Amino acid sequence: MKHIVTLDTRDMAKSAVNGGCGECQTSCQSACKTSCGVANQPCENKEAE
Amino acid sequence: MIHQYTLNGCNIVLDVHSGSIHVMDAPTYEAVRLLDGGKTPGEAGAELLQKFADSGITAAQVQESLDEIEDLRRAGKLFSEETYADRAMDLKKRNTVIKALCLLVAHTCNLNCSYCFAAQGNFRGQHGLMSFETGKRALDFLVEHSGMRRNLEVDFFGGEPLMNFAVCRDLVAYARSIEKEKKKNFRFTLTTNGVGITDEVIEWANRECYNVVLSLDGRKEVHDRFRKDLAGHGSYDRIVPKFQEFVRRRGEKGYYMRGTFTHFNTDFTKDIFHMADDLGFTELSMEPVVADPDSPSALTPEDLPVLFDQYEILAKDMLRREREGKPITFYHYMLDLSHGPCIYKRISGCGSGTEYLAVTASGDLYPCHQFVNDPEYRMGDIWKGIVRTDLRDEFKLCNVYSRPACADCWAKLYCAGGCTANAYHASGDIHGTYETGCEIFKKRIECALMMKVAQALEQQAGFAAES
Repeated sequence: MKHIVTLDTRDMAKSAVNGGCGECQTSCQSACKTSCGVANQPCENKEAE
Repeated sequence: MIHQYTLNGCNIVLDVHSGSIHVMDAPTYEAVRLLDGGKTPGEAGAELLQKFADSGITAAQVQESLDEIEDLRRAGKLFSEETYADRAMDLKKRNTVIKALCLLVAHTCNLNCSYCFAAQGNFRGQHGLMSFETGKRALDFLVEHSGMRRNLEVDFFGGEPLMNFAVCRDLVAYARSIEKEKKKNFRFTLTTNGVGITDEVIEWANRECYNVVLSLDGRKEVHDRFRKDLAGHGSYDRIVPKFQEFVRRRGEKGYYMRGTFTHFNTDFTKDIFHMADDLGFTELSMEPVVADPDSPSALTPEDLPVLFDQYEILAKDMLRREREGKPITFYHYMLDLSHGPCIYKRISGCGSGTEYLAVTASGDLYPCHQFVNDPEYRMGDIWKGIVRTDLRDEFKLCNVYSRPACADCWAKLYCAGGCTANAYHASGDIHGTYETGCEIFKKRIECALMMKVAQALEQQAGFAAES
């Protein structure tokens, strides 16, 4: 593409099929303790797309 | 739903439901805005030719932009549809397991920070320390209710957990003695104000703790404004050398310097840069204060534009540091776009009251550490288990789709509906929202995404220069 650059991101629709193992860290358990975000939580399932 | 914004010279378009992120030239960015506003491609094209006439845009170039947009739409990466709401409602029916505990091993503290949401450590209740037997039962409770989940998280929290260090140490030893047989992997974290750090603590934590969170607010005058000892003396001079030694000996293991900013230091990037440049820390987190709106330290709506500028300053400076080979990490700017959380994580909320519980020193269970000693939210105890199953079920469905204010928010799959405790304290309803927190969160995500875009463009330019 000449006018658009698309970043490499996880396909949310595919993750609905192969996600949900639940092994990831609880959102609040890392550094904040007073606000919630999930975007910075890495996925523990290295096989999942 | 899309969200588009320009930051640091980048025209960024986020496709909310697919999670795709695009950066575009100005005419294409404008075309997306027009199409999103309901224009047909023909109408959008005509407007673009007029609007960008001075820059010499041609009909062929406009058509290229429109074709690229259409390609992305067909690929499900732009203007993608919402398909997750039904799954979110199904979450209520799911069997949840408990995978994380916040152990309040000490309802007391050796500092007397006036902004403390735990009311100087006692959570508006009795002072007290968790016994080994109570802590051991809490770990057993966690194992018993964790199903097939292998990774279990336990945070030593308070109050100040190092006021009960011997119990922390003995509980880790107990967990290690059972984890192989129980097929579990305990991940311990420690959140400390630093006063009680000793050689023994450093050696133990660096061996046993997956992560440590070290409370430091930044510049000495900022830190000492709130973080005073019981005699009223600031703690900065006492704890900074300990933190530096702790981190120096920690090697590659995870840590965060975790600060709180208030209405009194809305210029909080100076505190972050102080920790990085003057003290040598690289893993940094800085959180907005959780305070009663009437408190002088509480953030005000007038503070928001100042804070937004600060977040932009931080993002741009972090890009500079990266280019110069001296990167720092800011907790809220860490995004793993290609292997980040799946959609279930993004729609199921923070897990409080279901996957995550706080355990008081006496063994009572609460949805999280911010609900402790609120009698309406006592869920049970570690001996009898959860008796308020109604509360558990309510928290189970407490997610981005249960909050009316989140329905049209572009950031909903980044925050999962936000902090339930903040929502409750701000609105009186766990399904409400904390609007100031939402605005801050959205700004942080805009900055974090901009950094990813800038990094991708720099990488692309690097490849082009090499070839």
